Amino acid sequence: MDMAENGTSVSIQELSLNFGAVSVLKTLNLDVAEGEFIVLLGPSGCGKSTLLNCVAGLLDISEGRIFIKGKNVTWEEPKDRGIGMVFQSYALYPQMTVEKNLSFGLRVAGLPKDEIAKRIARASEILQIEPLLQRKPAALSGGQRQRVAIGRALVRDVDVFLFDEPLSNLDAKLRSELRVEIKLLHRKLQNTMIYVTHDQIEAMTLADRIAVMKGGVIQQLDAPQTIYNRPVNRFVAGFLGSPAMNFIDGRLEKDKGDWHFTVEDVRIPLSTYAFEKEPVPGPAVFGIRPEHVAFNSGTGWPFTADATVEVVEPMGSDTLVWLKLGKQNFTVRVTSERTPRNADAVSIGFDPMRASLFDAQTGSRL
Amino acid sequence: MTAAQLTAQELTDRAGLVPFGPKPRRTSAGRIGIYAFLIVASLFFLIPVYIMIVTSLKGMPEIRLGHLFNFPVEPTFQPWADAWLHACTGRDCNGLSPGFYNSVKITVPSVAISIICASINGYALTFWPYKGANLLFGLLVFGAFVPYQVVIYPLIIGLSSVGLFATLPGIIIVHTIFGMPILTLLFRNFYAALPVELFKAARVDGAGFWRIFFSIMLPMSVPITVVAVILQVTGIWNDFLFGIVFAGRSNWPMTVQLNNIVNTTTGVREYNVNMAATILTAAVPLIIYFVSGRWFVRGIAAGAVKG
Ligand SMILES: Nc1ncnc2c1ncn2[C@@H]1O[C@H](COP(=O)(O)OP(=O)(O)OP(=O)(O)O)[C@@H](O)[C@H]1O
Ligand SMILES: [Mg+2]
Repeated sequence: MDMAENGTSVSIQELSLNFGAVSVLKTLNLDVAEGEFIVLLGPSGCGKSTLLNCVAGLLDISEGRIFIKGKNVTWEEPKDRGIGMVFQSYALYPQMTVEKNLSFGLRVAGLPKDEIAKRIARASEILQIEPLLQRKPAALSGGQRQRVAIGRALVRDVDVFLFDEPLSNLDAKLRSELRVEIKLLHRKLQNTMIYVTHDQIEAMTLADRIAVMKGGVIQQLDAPQTIYNRPVNRFVAGFLGSPAMNFIDGRLEKDKGDWHFTVEDVRIPLSTYAFEKEPVPGPAVFGIRPEHVAFNSGTGWPFTADATVEVVEPMGSDTLVWLKLGKQNFTVRVTSERTPRNADAVSIGFDPMRASLFDAQTGSRL
Repeated sequence: MTAAQLTAQELTDRAGLVPFGPKPRRTSAGRIGIYAFLIVASLFFLIPVYIMIVTSLKGMPEIRLGHLFNFPVEPTFQPWADAWLHACTGRDCNGLSPGFYNSVKITVPSVAISIICASINGYALTFWPYKGANLLFGLLVFGAFVPYQVVIYPLIIGLSSVGLFATLPGIIIVHTIFGMPILTLLFRNFYAALPVELFKAARVDGAGFWRIFFSIMLPMSVPITVVAVILQVTGIWNDFLFGIVFAGRSNWPMTVQLNNIVNTTTGVREYNVNMAATILTAAVPLIIYFVSGRWFVRGIAAGAVKG
């Protein structure tokens, strides 16, 4: 275990889960270091919530083991796992006041009254919900409800926080505010956090490492920047980034000892590209992010080409330009000042160092 | 001059010629039809009630005059007192009151026990599915459609073999059993409509089967419980068949007593007493409806719609 010096907090080993004949999680392995913020990111239905429920002990797993803080908790009840969980729909007990909501778990555990009061005071101070303590959940706004839901996990003094899309019921502004608050909370508490989302901005901003999932399998587990810049396969490359990465289907060819990517009459030299494995000539997919392409100002890009402008979409700080490069559709993102004006034909340039090449068949990175 | 014109303009606006302010309500033919139908329908049901009330307040000589719709000339509550205390069923002349107390003794425990069992059933079926839970639920739903008459004979045999036939516990058990399918269905659907994350959150908080039921589910179940109470009280209070078969002579409910009073063959037919007795018997479900009608509708909307 490479995280050994830091201590492993949650270790999921060979975990499988089936609902009847449907296999939702497939021999999944994941080690989360002490104090790490892991984000599970993936499209709807890929098994993120299912994985989180397995860690929480709310679902019986079909195979494998789960360790939390070095203890095998595979057969433990949720309350004995040292986890707190925050749900998308808040799941506050509607008939209890905020205070009773926070204290419910502690009362179930039979903690003494003064200890309960102390913990509620601390949690409500951290989350700034002191004025709300005597209200019922129905009398709270969405953001306040989610804060109380976080507080319910906070008072239990757990080692691991599990978040299942806690912000997706909130409007955009509140979401970005609470996102920052969760980040601050993590910095303050230094707890291990596993956070499910399908919002890539949340994933990029919050995570120490992101686990990108698809079909019950973790595709890539890496730091956000690595995932963004060096996606291991075409799915990860296409899932992250908005607008999405440009993909061009073509061929990988070797010419006088230099590798090129060719499509129709366009030839992209790959001398600056760092290959993952020994390349072989044949069909391949070339991917480059819209912001890694620039409108050519004559400086020495390794690759330049002429293209025709189709649509220009101003987005405030940036502008998205839809182009045709030969027969290929292509998007370019530039800052607003650099938007081409009244030009149908432009010339673009990029450095293939920033690009990603994928196997046409398997989709894995070359 | 201009001011006058402006006001004139405003006046036409206000007169509803130009759209301005609240949209004027117009009575359409369809609306008149609806009201006409409602009035006729309520008359259809209220006229018998009116006749019952006025008849119960008349003395026998006045009834013999045959003016069914007339208001009582000398209103008297004697028939009501007779119905309650002195009306005869065969040899006993104690009125309806023993039947009333019997009905209370049957209804209260039956309603309470059946609702407690059904809410726990519905909760367990929704949140703690065990092996065969779906099969059990299917059987329960099927049970809701079994005609009562079919199972009476086997039930008599079963109850008498354990010595409960024709006893108060016997009739309570029968009512509880027959209330179970529909009540369990009601509660299960109510709980199934709650977000399952609520249950998960309570599990994470360390609460077990009973703690979650009592601390979280039960406080939320008020609307559906009201629906269940109304269903059961009216059903059990109005029941005649089970009462006459399973309760035993000394525990006969009010409906059976009423039948016996009305069908007594000795002496003159005291229509005023019969009417009063009928109203008295119907009073309990009526009061329940009036008191809790609002809750009833709310509960139906909250729980019974989503399957
Ligand atoms: N109780 C269940 N029975 C059968 N299949 C289920 C059950 N719960 C979930 N699934 C299936 O498991 C898969 C994963 O579901 P899960 O809820 O984990 O997805 P998710 O990644 O959280 O998606 P989302 O982003 O929409 O929340 C889905 O295809 C879903 O249909
Ligand atoms: Mg989910």
